[in-house]
Amino acid sequence: MNGSQVHPAGGDGKRRPAPSRFGAIVVGGGPAGLAATYTLAGAGVDVACLERGDWCGSKNMMGGLIFSQPTAKVFPNFWHEAPLERHVTRRDMWLATGDSAMKVSFESTDFGAEPYNSFTVYRSRFDKWLSRRAAEAGAWMIPETLVESLLWEDGRVVGVRTGRPGGDLEADVVIIAEGVNHFLAEAAGLAAGPPKAETMALAVKEVLALPRDRIEDRFDLDRGAGAAIEIIGETTGGLPGTGFIYTNRDTISVGVGVLLDSLVGSTREAYSLLDNFKQQPQVRRLIQGAGLREYSAHLIPEGGYRYMPRLFGDGVLVAGDAAGMVNAINSEGANLALLSGQMAAQTVLSCREEGRFDAAALGRYRTMLENSLVLKDLRKYSSATNFLSSHQHLFGLYPELLASLAREFLTVDNMSKADKERLLARLFRSQVPVRSLIKDFYQAWRDLK
Amino acid sequence: MRINSVVCIKQVPDTTQVRIDPDSGSLIRQGIPSVINPYDLYALEAALKVRDSHGGTITALSMGPPQADEALRKVLGYGIDRAVLLSDRAFAGADTLATTYTLSAAIRKIAGELIAAGGAGVDMVFCGKQSIDGDTGQVGPGLARRLDLSQVTYVCSLLEVAAETRTVRAWRQREDGRELLEARLPVAVTITEACNPIRYAALPDLLRAAKAPVEVWSAADLEVEPDRLGLKGSPTRVSKVFAPPARERGETLSGPDRPPNEIAAALFDKLAERGLTIGGSRG
Amino acid sequence: MPVGPGEVWVVIEQEGGRAEPVSWELMGEAAALARKLGARPAAVILGSAGRQLSSAAFSSGAEVAYLVEHPDLEPYTADPHCQALVELAEKFTPQIILLGATTRGRDLASAAATELETGLTADCTRLDIDTTKKLLRQTRPAFGGNVMATIITPHHLPQIATVRPGVFTAPQPVEGVSGETVVLKPHIKATATAVKQLQFVPNPDTGVTLKGAKVIVAGGRGLKAGRNFALLEELAAELGGEVGASRGAVDAGWISQHRQVGQTGQTVRPVLYFAVGISGAVQHLAGMQESDVIVAINNDPEAPIFEVADYGIVGDLFEVMPAMIGEVRQRKLAAGAAASPALLKQGGAMRMEAGTGGESE
Ligand SMILES: Cc1cc2nc3c(=O)[nH]c(=O)nc-3n(C[C@H](O)[C@H](O)[C@H](O)COP(=O)(O)OP(=O)(O)OC[C@H]3O[C@@H](n4cnc5c(N)ncnc54)[C@H](O)[C@@H]3O)c2cc1C
Ligand SMILES: Cc1cc2nc3c(=O)[nH]c(=O)nc-3n(C[C@H](O)[C@H](O)[C@H](O)COP(=O)(O)OP(=O)(O)OC[C@H]3O[C@@H](n4cnc5c(N)ncnc54)[C@H](O)[C@@H]3O)c2cc1C
Ligand SMILES: Nc1ncnc2c1ncn2[C@@H]1O[C@H](COP(=O)(O)O)[C@@H](O)[C@H]1O
Repeated sequence: MNGSQVHPAGGDGKRRPAPSRFGAIVVGGGPAGLAATYTLAGAGVDVACLERGDWCGSKNMMGGLIFSQPTAKVFPNFWHEAPLERHVTRRDMWLATGDSAMKVSFESTDFGAEPYNSFTVYRSRFDKWLSRRAAEAGAWMIPETLVESLLWEDGRVVGVRTGRPGGDLEADVVIIAEGVNHFLAEAAGLAAGPPKAETMALAVKEVLALPRDRIEDRFDLDRGAGAAIEIIGETTGGLPGTGFIYTNRDTISVGVGVLLDSLVGSTREAYSLLDNFKQQPQVRRLIQGAGLREYSAHLIPEGGYRYMPRLFGDGVLVAGDAAGMVNAINSEGANLALLSGQMAAQTVLSCREEGRFDAAALGRYRTMLENSLVLKDLRKYSSATNFLSSHQHLFGLYPELLASLAREFLTVDNMSKADKERLLARLFRSQVPVRSLIKDFYQAWRDLK
Repeated sequence: MRINSVVCIKQVPDTTQVRIDPDSGSLIRQGIPSVINPYDLYALEAALKVRDSHGGTITALSMGPPQADEALRKVLGYGIDRAVLLSDRAFAGADTLATTYTLSAAIRKIAGELIAAGGAGVDMVFCGKQSIDGDTGQVGPGLARRLDLSQVTYVCSLLEVAAETRTVRAWRQREDGRELLEARLPVAVTITEACNPIRYAALPDLLRAAKAPVEVWSAADLEVEPDRLGLKGSPTRVSKVFAPPARERGETLSGPDRPPNEIAAALFDKLAERGLTIGGSRG
Repeated sequence: MPVGPGEVWVVIEQEGGRAEPVSWELMGEAAALARKLGARPAAVILGSAGRQLSSAAFSSGAEVAYLVEHPDLEPYTADPHCQALVELAEKFTPQIILLGATTRGRDLASAAATELETGLTADCTRLDIDTTKKLLRQTRPAFGGNVMATIITPHHLPQIATVRPGVFTAPQPVEGVSGETVVLKPHIKATATAVKQLQFVPNPDTGVTLKGAKVIVAGGRGLKAGRNFALLEELAAELGGEVGASRGAVDAGWISQHRQVGQTGQTVRPVLYFAVGISGAVQHLAGMQESDVIVAINNDPEAPIFEVADYGIVGDLFEVMPAMIGEVRQRKLAAGAAASPALLKQGGAMRMEAGTGGESE
């Protein structure tokens, strides 16, 4: 080519014809699918990753924090090259009412150095980077392609059918990493039906632009460092859910997540909850003058352990959100997605040695997950969503009470401290019967500990 | 007869999002997503149609910064044969004259390679009717002049290529109608949105594209005079950019409880104040 | 032969002896520019059928008319025209050449500028002279109209620009003036006629004359159904105007594409533009922003159309429009003009009457 440079078209530069049958097909280019694709391609397997969006990440959103250690398990030292926004050095938890908030803050200087603890990211950029890594490792990355159904042969999954002309692809095994709406997992007979409303949270989010140094001033951050704030209470209009504020490089993500079920039963609309949240004085102060960049909504499967589909079948595995692998307590899903994707790939690799991909062979995926943080965590918090939805007053009443107690206690007036305590106790009891208070806290402790 | 085509593809900012920074008076480019110039996809489809019926090759050609290879990767997915990106600092800042100079040098080289490989040269050059950022529509005709091609712009329907006579027939859109033109090959055509939209690429093509290379050529790869490239080779200069004079937001005539007939009366009173009076035969 | 600095040329776009209006708009502007430069304005008429246009050129401000005659110049195809214009320009070295930004003007200008190795600024909406540097300042929209740019061609001659139709007003013809006529037979290479016109199919006469309409009542998706355009037709008829539409309404199949206003439709410049149930997407605004007075009726107070409207009416169009129609009828009755619907601009400078604006469907 006359000494000219050659850019690989998103590949490893080796012009290889596509095989007639792939070693593996991965459906979905989110963290789960890309971790699986990258791991398989790196091991020399012919793997194709199909993503319906314009590119990997184009349709994806999250709060979002990604945590270093699990991510580094798949992509060691990723912080040197991945497009990250800020490393988070401070995590706050607020209990908010309409006009006041109790704030608990945790800050660690450890979080400001390698291997860090967590980063804020833009999924559109982060996923794109992951997909480039997968392409460089040798995978066939196929964006803008919707997988419509699975191909079957003798009761086994043997490939996928896409919406494109000539769109069937065969493979030894299909890894379903399609995210929260797991149509294919259902089609594979692994999930009984669509995820139930009571197990889903709806998150709505806005990205607001603000210059870097203004963000650092406002959130009291070192240069390049970030804050993550989770808020419960008035944020979500008394519905079970949380609000969040994350600092990116020159934007702020603000959003609320509420259980879909409670939203369906209430008259509130998700966007009005977000508006309401942004109006809170403590929140408003942080986002003042920041202009709207983008606006999005996404579902989070928060059913946890009990609502997970079967994870494997003949010729098929499920990973990430499609498998309901989200830790509802802190909406952590990207971690679990990355790790489960990697383990799905490792399962395929070990099955290749034996040359069989039936359910019995692929079943070791489950064992691998059980022995890892993925299912350990999910099991630990298995009652969390249940608890959250059956104790809606936690999100309205208690924060309100706690805040008013704090206000009473901290407001210096002419009342003696002893009188004040008595008054507060009366106030508190008048709102919540003590028995139910004790019960709530006991249950919360049991479910969440 | 096999027809070899070159399709010129430009990566452009999504212009609906481009704005002028009111403080600095400069263009805000950062964070604006890039897209393939929509008319170029119509051009690509027209080229694919010609290849469907005549065979031959299609080369996509683009001049732009390194990241413009994204656009070429995407068009590779339509099953074309080759993608070439002209990228070099020296090409930067080109107006349409310098652009056609550089693109034409590349097309000559492509033609040379086709001939060296035992084929004919380039028979057809396809461009979009205009780019949505520059909006000039000057590059297609410019290429025609520089490469001595027949020039047919604003093609709204491309008809069969007649192999025996080496001619092509095309309908060209004008303000007052359409004209059927017959042009001798080699030809440069610019394609409007009245042609067919780009097809849905087949999966096997996408798979092939996933591993196909985008070739990147610099000035050193072309037979060009450095002084005729990029900003240096551009006779035009942008002396100023500014936001279009915003129309002032006017007056709101409606009010919470104002009945429609009052609003209507108020409107025509206001119009009358401006000298727009209802009622004919007064003058 | 040229005296003083190079002339300011306008290429008169003609076919069969009929010139495009934009050519006269440009002739007037060229005369003004030439005055500032102390140069002569000239008309370039390509094709012998255009011979008869020289007097019109003089009465529109030209001091010279170049009549370029060759059988290959008719009907228009790019190559012979380019060769002729290039030969002429090389011989007479004008400093400025202006063409209409039409499908033919842009086609020819691009080819000629390439051949002359000079700059070409497309689609200008404003021209003026930098008097110290004697340069043409060419202002044009770019990036879909979100940005305006002023372009100069500092070191090359001629400076060439295409200008959008309707930007300048054609001068009132001054009768009885004459000028120098130069007749020229260019050498057009025979091989060059590589493009042949086989057929021309004029646009069907749709009866829609949005371009010249003084009043346009345009509707968008807010109208909900095609039949509701009757409301607009009624108001348009009362005001002696035309009905226009947004792409949304056209795509919905409610109204003919000939009535589409905007980037991919027509660019209009009426005295009065009603935007009814139109959100005001930039592509639509691009086609109507130059209207003298814009009235917007929309039930969404946040609709971007209000940003450009002189008069905004936030309300249900199905309530507002009947009131508008009623109001106009009432006023006409009061003015004793029931029979001849009319909107009159005071001072008599501009007078609109039914029929001159065009008929509604
Ligand atoms: C507001 C919000 C905040 C969050 N915050 C955090 C956080 O701070 N930390 C954290 O770890 N997690 C967080 N999460 C959760 C996290 O985003 C998800 O758990 C994670 O993205 C799951 O990855 P995945 O790969 O399984 O699914 P996804 O990221 O949803 O990816 C699935 C991909 O598959 C594609 N796809 C789907 N169907 C098809 C098909 N049929 N054919 C082809 N392609 C298909 C989709 O386009 C998508 O790209 C948050 C989520 C939300 C909504
Ligand atoms: C390359 C390109 C070129 C384009 N070119 C053009 C072009 O040339 N011309 C063009 O027009 N568009 C063009 N478009 C399309 C344009 O972007 C918009 O999609 C289109 O104009 C939308 O039409 P609309 O305003 O009627 O509909 P919508 O955007 O749906 O707006 C309808 C409006 O009516 C209001 N409304 C609804 N009901 C009522 C009621 N009862 N009373 C009062 N108000 C009501 C709503 O609040 C809303 O604001 C182009 C797009 C592209 C990408
Ligand atoms: N930098 C470029 N690289 C490749 N093709 C281009 C480039 N600029 C313009 N073109 C082609 O020329 C057409 C008209 O562009 P323009 O003259 O800029 O309006 C486009 O639709 C493209 O097909």
